[in-house]
Amino acid sequence: MSRVLLIEDDPSIREGVGLGLRRRGHEVCAAETGEAGLALMAGFHPELVLLDLMLPGINGVQVCRRIRETSEVPIIMLTARGDDVDIVVGLEAGADDYIVKPARTEVIEARVRAVLRRLGDTVGRPEAEQHGELAIDRAGLTVAKNGERVPLAPSELKLLLHLCATPAQVFSRQQLLEYVWEHSYHADARLVDACVRRLRNKIENPDGSPRYIQTVRGFGYRFGPL
Amino acid sequence: MRNLAPLGLRTRLIAAFLLVAAISAVGTAALTYQQARTAILKQSQDTAVSTLRDQLENQSLVLPLDQQQVQRVVNEIGKRGKPHPWSVFAEYGTLRASTAGAPDLPPAVTTSLRTRITAHPHGAFQRVEDARGEPQLAIGMPAVFGRDGQREATGLVLYAVMPLLTEQQTVDAMVQAARQGAVPGLAIAVIPALLAARSVQRPVRDMRRAAERLGRGRLDTRIEVRGADELAGLARTFNETAGALEESVAELREAETRARRFASDVSHELRTPLAGMLAVTEVLDEDADQLDPDTAKALRLISAETGKLAVLVEDLMEISRFDARAAELHPDDVDLAEAVGKTLERRHWDDDRVTTDLPPGLRARLDPRRFDVVLANLVGNALRHGGAPVRIHVRTASGPAGERLLLEVADSGAGIAEEVLPHVFDRFFKADAARTRSAGSGLGLAITLENVRLHGGTLSAANAPGGGAVFTVDMPLEVTA
Repeated sequence: MSRVLLIEDDPSIREGVGLGLRRRGHEVCAAETGEAGLALMAGFHPELVLLDLMLPGINGVQVCRRIRETSEVPIIMLTARGDDVDIVVGLEAGADDYIVKPARTEVIEARVRAVLRRLGDTVGRPEAEQHGELAIDRAGLTVAKNGERVPLAPSELKLLLHLCATPAQVFSRQQLLEYVWEHSYHADARLVDACVRRLRNKIENPDGSPRYIQTVRGFGYRFGPL
Repeated sequence: MRNLAPLGLRTRLIAAFLLVAAISAVGTAALTYQQARTAILKQSQDTAVSTLRDQLENQSLVLPLDQQQVQRVVNEIGKRGKPHPWSVFAEYGTLRASTAGAPDLPPAVTTSLRTRITAHPHGAFQRVEDARGEPQLAIGMPAVFGRDGQREATGLVLYAVMPLLTEQQTVDAMVQAARQGAVPGLAIAVIPALLAARSVQRPVRDMRRAAERLGRGRLDTRIEVRGADELAGLARTFNETAGALEESVAELREAETRARRFASDVSHELRTPLAGMLAVTEVLDEDADQLDPDTAKALRLISAETGKLAVLVEDLMEISRFDARAAELHPDDVDLAEAVGKTLERRHWDDDRVTTDLPPGLRARLDPRRFDVVLANLVGNALRHGGAPVRIHVRTASGPAGERLLLEVADSGAGIAEEVLPHVFDRFFKADAARTRSAGSGLGLAITLENVRLHGGTLSAANAPGGGAVFTVDMPLEVTA
């Protein structure tokens, strides 16, 4: 049971997806345009945004950027396969995941649940871990760099927690897709790449090569070793 | 097997030119030689003959002649040889006299000449060669006297033998000159031959290159038209043909593009209502149980068909993207055994229906999503149309462009009918014309083929010797994109 803001211009999808999610116990608020959706953000306080990429007026990517300016609410893009460029741009703009239309409600809900799932297991790790300049609090689900809190979107946080749980271990993109995004099908590795880029922008030092999240050519990514 | 290589245009042209030049040179030289030789010899002969005749007529003879008189005549005439000095011999019955030492007639005075003199009272001559091969002129002249307007023979016959060495030398010099003139002439003839060959060869070569370019699909190829000869006409025709070809190909392509765009647009348009429908199929399925059987049946039918329609539209869009060259490859490094395992696991084929033979730890660079589609399609087909057990066999091989990945999917069915084999990758191909829609969209293998091609590989279908169909994917182990 969660509050979902659905921004979709096509009435049949808006009603169909809205109906399907409500049947599954979610509270759905639907908006027809990006502008209307942004206006609803403050009043509705959604726990998740389902955002169509192809919108009249300001498009999904711009809506995504605007939301990210003020909020770390999970955003799932509704895309059509083939709008390849938009997916990447949307992910760069801060979306956490995407769903290819047309999709059954069970698929949509599975993605929604995956994004909203409580992160990590906090058992046995009450205190914050210190990795270099980063302080990672698994229980409070917060990350601070040099004492300053770093706002992270759910997918970024999940990815970071997963990687730093076993420093120096290499994870392939496909593994990360399964662990972090819970994609049960072969999804797009660009999802991981885009998320890593966003995470690096937030936690790495702008000058010099990545220190925390390192690329292992031909294999994937690893945290550290520091 | 031809033992003579076909000669090029250039060679043939030059050869023809040289042949013509040689024939003209030789012909001209031969005629000139013939004429000049005749003229030179004739002049000498005529001079010699008339000189001898005049000399003989100027002699006063008292018949019958004696040895002394004959000798005198011989000596007189011997001094006045023209145009060259000559030796003179006389014959009068049994008397013989000569300016040379011996009085006998020389071999130059042949029997045929002597017999001809009897028939020609005006004298006769003959060109002969002496023992050394040098040409000589032998003249025979009977001395006559006129009586009552009648010419009567005196019985005295004079022979003059004159060397024709000078004439021979003149003629030889001419031959030499002709020979010396002909060789440089022929050499010079090569130049116009080359020029002519080039003037023909250049347009021909240009045309060949243009035709090759045209064949490679550069339909905007045109030739520069030079001059107004037949070759220029040919070039013009070539250009017109290429233009017409370009136009019709452009029309065809446009029609094809329109058709593809239409397919793409249609599937795009279908996708939106489908997305709405697909989102509510669950509601239909769940509530069907509480409705009367007919309505429930109808709802379940709609729900099921909506799902199939969604798959079909997705596949149509995928094919449209391949057709529009808009399909993108997103390669990633994967552990192959892991990727194959995941594909099978996800579709619940990880039981004994499918056996795998995978080299452990083999890593490849490919598009995981597309690879998943390829493998799932092949295995799904094998299970549906062939039969379990399905064997997946992966190995690597070295190719000219680097390591290759070979993936075989073999089933245990009856194999694919020979007449069907060439069409298995066709879109919407139904192996059995009477067969109704199968579980798939009819685009599965077509999409699989396109996915393999996108990786720069090939997909082939065959029947194993032991029965059952075998699909083989052959693609680079490290795809570049």
